[in-house]
Amino acid sequence: METPNPPLIDCDVHAVLPVFEALLPYLPAYWREQVEQTAFKGPVDPWYPPGLPTAARASTLPADGSPAASRVGLVQAGVLDAAPHPSFAILNSDCAVESLHNPDAAATVAQALNDWIASEWLAKDGRLRASIVVASQFPELAVREIERRADDPRFVQVLLPVRSEAPYGSRNFRPVFAAAASHGLPVALHYGGSPGNPPTPVGWPSFHVEDYAGVTGVFQTQLISIIAGGVFDEHPALRLVLAEGGFAWLASMLWRFDKNWKGLRREIPWVKRPPSDYVREHVRVTTAPSDAPEDPAQFASAVAQLGSDEILLYASDYPHDHGDTFAAGGWDTVPAGVRRKMMSDNPRSLYRL
Amino acid sequence: MPKHLVSSVAEIPPGSRKIVEVAGRSIGVFNVGGEFFALRNRCPHQGAALCTGQLGSAVTSKGPGHYEVDRSGEILRCPWHGWEFDIRSGQSWFDPEKVRVKSYETAIAPGSSLAPPAPGLVPGPYIAETFPVSVEESYVLVEV
Amino acid sequence: MSKATTAATLVDCDIHNAITPAAVARHLPERWRQYHAQFGRRITPGDFYPKATPMASRTDSWPPGGGPPGSDLAFMRKQLLDAWPIEFGILNTLITIRNQYRDYDAAMATAANACQIAEWLAPEPRLRASLLVPFEDSELAVAEIRRHAGDKRFVQVLIPSRTSEPLGRRKYWPIFAAAAESGLPIGIHFGGWSGGHPISGAGWPTYYIEYHTGMNQTFQAHLISLICEGVFEEFPKLKVVFIEGGVAWIPPVLWRLDRSWRQLKAETPRLRQLPSEYFREHFWLTTQPIEEPPEPGQFLEMVAHLDMDDRLLFSTDYPHWDFDSPDSALPSVLPAGLRQKVRRDNARALYGFA
Repeated sequence: METPNPPLIDCDVHAVLPVFEALLPYLPAYWREQVEQTAFKGPVDPWYPPGLPTAARASTLPADGSPAASRVGLVQAGVLDAAPHPSFAILNSDCAVESLHNPDAAATVAQALNDWIASEWLAKDGRLRASIVVASQFPELAVREIERRADDPRFVQVLLPVRSEAPYGSRNFRPVFAAAASHGLPVALHYGGSPGNPPTPVGWPSFHVEDYAGVTGVFQTQLISIIAGGVFDEHPALRLVLAEGGFAWLASMLWRFDKNWKGLRREIPWVKRPPSDYVREHVRVTTAPSDAPEDPAQFASAVAQLGSDEILLYASDYPHDHGDTFAAGGWDTVPAGVRRKMMSDNPRSLYRL
Repeated sequence: MPKHLVSSVAEIPPGSRKIVEVAGRSIGVFNVGGEFFALRNRCPHQGAALCTGQLGSAVTSKGPGHYEVDRSGEILRCPWHGWEFDIRSGQSWFDPEKVRVKSYETAIAPGSSLAPPAPGLVPGPYIAETFPVSVEESYVLVEV
Repeated sequence: MSKATTAATLVDCDIHNAITPAAVARHLPERWRQYHAQFGRRITPGDFYPKATPMASRTDSWPPGGGPPGSDLAFMRKQLLDAWPIEFGILNTLITIRNQYRDYDAAMATAANACQIAEWLAPEPRLRASLLVPFEDSELAVAEIRRHAGDKRFVQVLIPSRTSEPLGRRKYWPIFAAAAESGLPIGIHFGGWSGGHPISGAGWPTYYIEYHTGMNQTFQAHLISLICEGVFEEFPKLKVVFIEGGVAWIPPVLWRLDRSWRQLKAETPRLRQLPSEYFREHFWLTTQPIEEPPEPGQFLEMVAHLDMDDRLLFSTDYPHWDFDSPDSALPSVLPAGLRQKVRRDNARALYGFA
């Protein structure tokens, strides 16, 4: 097998539960019975309604009708053994743990999902790494799960859904960042989440396409909150990954945030440098979706406006389909040095691979 | 550079300020605990009358939830976008090296040395017929 | 000042006159005057983000004769209308429509509009105004639009950006119908209280700087909603102005929305063209608070990506603290022809001042 030199890393690949019952072997007896006998069949994730073109590329759908990316063999064939031949892939899995109001259900499902990933994915292919799923709405329980996985080097990051009940920079969420930082784990905010509050400041949109296109607003809220809340000031070694939310919105947001900080910084005096400084140092963003404009020159300038070639992380986002793929040559106008960094240097440095 | 007489000391008690026109410039003169400072009354951002802004403390922090307050009355906030400037040096808080407002040297002189106008002293707003200098008073000079 | 037509004149598309409780009371019927005095000052639950300055205003904008910033016409002339060669200024009165008791909302809107006419538009010919309406009740809102039909001093219908639903939703369509019929744009201005929704899509932030930096998120939700719901297919003549949202955040939204819609268009069969095409056909943008990229060239790139040279409208947002000065807010790299469009010609064309 051809191994690219230097190693290339795919920073967002999905491991999808075929059915919730796949977690039964990993649930304690009490919860197995709950699943078997009550209406609790696991949380429901509305963020990629199956059957939508965005949910899975046609080439990723197994012949037997099971969901795309629902077993390790599919990811081996579709990602690890396929162009551009990554040396490693980071698995992000989720099943809307944050939608569960029962803290014990949430913690148990998160633990079971991580156990499933460990034994049915990570143990099967040494090229796979994974993010730790946690009960993000219960910081103490999230910390407990981080502590449980921290010594397993195959778990390389903590995963949070980008949507939450309160922005993650809020004071009472700090212990989760502290736990991640203490173990040298980046924290990833990933497209998705079902916390129960609306995804916009003005309530509930009518259409899925509105939720999907508008989620960049939530990424912005979270990033602004994390910086304003002083998360990076308290944890200078912490890194934040924004996954599957695009990146083209970032530069203009930082123009606004830097401008505001100059006059409003007294409200958050622990933020001693412009927010864009923190982003260049602490924040990384995956490349799928790219949300590229039609004009390749405009795309190249959107990338350049980020102000750093250390921000981007290559990702296929297998099996999702955002209508643009790296292979389609959309990145050709971006300098080769930037492309090499995003495919290799940046993720290797971040995940220490 | 010529020194301009801009005010009697008594007219600017500690904690207060006066805006004066000198050599075609609007300048704010501040008394901070008996020391005088003069800054251009024009914010380098969008040209606001900087010296009419609020005077506050230097606010620093060792981390979220901590607020350290020092040098009360020495940080000038632009009345528009709130940029903070150190009244002593004219340096902005957020980028002291690259963003600053012009500051001017000040001096105090007794009236006895000023009336009639001494050599090197350009008549300022106080050297006018209706505002004679008094030998019993002290005056603030700004070098522009 | 006379109607100067030199290149130096400008139109300020966002001025905030403060209509004090006493001023509103002068124009309220007795029944509502009493209600307003006793019950009217309910706070907006949850939405408490103390602004960096009192009344979110420039600290030098308090009228020497008393009253809050923006409440004194003479002082507004001194600090704004006469300080720069302003040909026309558009008032966006921010009296809060409480968004709870609908009849009270309607009474307040009517009174505020009457106050604008008597105390602002009549004495100052350079001023124009936005029509306040009780926007969560479309029947009452339409009645207010009809009440002022034909009064050319009202140049648009004002809706704050925090509403209880995304603005493309059906409940607001009668307002759009009435506005389009009257030839009035809808002016969506930052602010308001959205009936209890947190101010972000991830709950309630902590600090005012988050509130301010996140301003574009409300506009984004409305942009996406208005287009995806087919409002511009239903009302092909409707015009929308985003006021006080800034501009640089828009190109990436259009890129993402076009790309998303290409894949998911089965969900919105009413749309016949790309979302970005609807946007460029139907929207205008005021410039304040203008973004300040670290390099001037990036601003020009942004303008090129936006491709809406005829739709940018200069605004100061006087007397708020994030005021854009007519002298220096627009970057000097902006070509002279575009600068004149932004400062004057686009507004004259939109609002019929030519």
